[in-house]
Amino acid sequence: MNVAVVKTGGGRAVSDLFASAEGRLPGSPGVAAVRREAFETYERLGLPHRRIEEWKYTDLRALVGEVLPLAVSPDAAAMKRAAEAVKTHAIAGARKLVLVDGVFAADLSDVKALASEVSLMTLRETLDKDAGLLKTESTDAVIALNAAMATDGVVLSIADGAHLSAPIQVIHVATASSASSFSRSQLVVGKGVRATIVESFIAAGAKAYQVNDAVIVTVGDGADLAHIRLMDDAPDAVNVTSHFVTVGANVKLNFFNMTTGAAVSRLQGFIRLAGEGSELSANGVNLLQKTEHGDTTLVVDHAVPNCVSRETFRAVIDDRAHSVFQGRIIVRPDAQKTDGKMMTRALLLSDEAEADNKPELEIFADDVSCGHGATAGALDESLLFYLKARGLPEKQAQALLIQAFVGEAIEQIADDQLREHVIGIAERWLERRS
Amino acid sequence: MALLEVKDLKVRVEEREILHGLTLTVNEGEVHAIMGPNGSGKSTLSHVIAGKPGYEVTDGQILFRGEDLLEMSPDERAAKGVFLAFQYPVEIPGVTTMNFLRTALNAQRKARGESELMVPDFLKKVREVSKSLNIPQDMLKRGVNVGFSGGEKKRNEVLQMALFEPSLCILDEMDSGLDIDALRIAADGVNALRSPKRAMVVITHYQRLLNYIVPDVVHVMSKGRVVKSGGKDLALELEASGYAQFEDAA
Repeated sequence: MNVAVVKTGGGRAVSDLFASAEGRLPGSPGVAAVRREAFETYERLGLPHRRIEEWKYTDLRALVGEVLPLAVSPDAAAMKRAAEAVKTHAIAGARKLVLVDGVFAADLSDVKALASEVSLMTLRETLDKDAGLLKTESTDAVIALNAAMATDGVVLSIADGAHLSAPIQVIHVATASSASSFSRSQLVVGKGVRATIVESFIAAGAKAYQVNDAVIVTVGDGADLAHIRLMDDAPDAVNVTSHFVTVGANVKLNFFNMTTGAAVSRLQGFIRLAGEGSELSANGVNLLQKTEHGDTTLVVDHAVPNCVSRETFRAVIDDRAHSVFQGRIIVRPDAQKTDGKMMTRALLLSDEAEADNKPELEIFADDVSCGHGATAGALDESLLFYLKARGLPEKQAQALLIQAFVGEAIEQIADDQLREHVIGIAERWLERRS
Repeated sequence: MALLEVKDLKVRVEEREILHGLTLTVNEGEVHAIMGPNGSGKSTLSHVIAGKPGYEVTDGQILFRGEDLLEMSPDERAAKGVFLAFQYPVEIPGVTTMNFLRTALNAQRKARGESELMVPDFLKKVREVSKSLNIPQDMLKRGVNVGFSGGEKKRNEVLQMALFEPSLCILDEMDSGLDIDALRIAADGVNALRSPKRAMVVITHYQRLLNYIVPDVVHVMSKGRVVKSGGKDLALELEASGYAQFEDAA
């Protein structure tokens, strides 16, 4: 156990973390019982460590140590900082939904501008009724901790047949230093919907904070959903996020994750293809420097026949940073004609940079086409020399090659504006580097 | 002042000396051919002039308009007007030729303290030059040299030469891997760039290329030195008699 613990006389540990926060956690008495149970699960397991196979490369006990106390409500000055940060990171034309330190901030959000087919509630509101959204089947300690501590989140539902012209951007802003925020959101995408959801994680003056986010997504039959996550938390922050995605039939789901911030981060996505004829494109880029640790873990579960999944992942790792990609493709016995491919490549910019690629295929059907590939290497010296011989200074030559390298993942984003936005984030990361 | 002066240049690769005291002077407006058998050090010379890593200069000098080229990084040399047309141009997936050309040209201009070229002017120039070199526009939208034929890659080198307007062009085995038609197109492109302000050093194993790019001066290299220099007829003489005589002499 690495959380702050008070040992009582009887030997039963009661954590300060939960005890001090419990009074501030929203929900009915029934919800409180669910939270307490979830916290007990977390307490029993403790923070994940390297002897737990799924967390082998991301030992949170060693990397994080303890979970910080729950953030207090932001004051006026913090809200002002948050508003500024939101302005900087907002995508033009997007409908913003803002969470400040894990709590929905209506004043900073475009609630009224949401399309009529979109209904919005907060997690807080749903917890007045029941604890349904706090329940997940997972046995992961960080997810149990999230259920115990989740203060708020957005609960979005997009009606069948809706074609949203503007993206919805959920922006998580951190204003509180040395504190934790816990958010849990739900996205229900109706049948035949066309929509783009962007999630951004940013800091507004906060330092050394921790984020634990969970998102539960269901995608209805025939929907076409782009889901883009941009994690640019403060360089000394921790971000652990879990996605649970259930995909219906004949869906096109295009997921993209970008990691450019946080000292320690992990995105773990559990994507279940539960309806036939769906196509999943799940891609990501980790841009890491200094001593950053970034982990992208994707579990794609082909539960039914005739689905296609493609994963393209790129990591650029400088200094003593450490990137982890774990990609598991599960093909259930019934999931014949599954076509699943995954390719991960890491670019090491320093001798001390580290990449761990762990592809796994678990195939229980006999008529499938699955494959994976993984590479790790340095920038090609012959390409660098060619560019320098044409007048590009070293750093600029490197930047051009790095952009090309990550471009292979970024180009999977279909929307021109969003793709340019993501390229811009990569360019700014490269400028920070030089 | 000579444009390029190589003085008594000695170069090692790892522990082996490749150039044993090479001297060469090239003036503005001149086209020099450097011929020689495989392993005579021709490509090493071109790489050292361009600043490729992995070569150790143990003695001698390379002056470019009187400035010490060896003190400059490869990009500084490029900005000063040194251009190496590669024997094997590399493929750069994910970087479009157009983006590459603009980035490189503007980097050179910036290093010289010049303003960036405006996009319309740049595009106009690229279109003109690529048309004259028979380079289709859609090739410019693809990754640099990705999927290009040998001839297309060499034409892409000539395209860059035309855009960057260097004062010294070193053509390293431009004829390698080209059929006669591809060679003619590339050579025509090079000839169009001959000017009283620009010098060229054409490195080749075969005399054939020199039928298309006719040199003012021909040098024969053998075993890391220039062993004979003469007019363009020297190339024909070599074609008839071969390199053996020089290998013995060196």
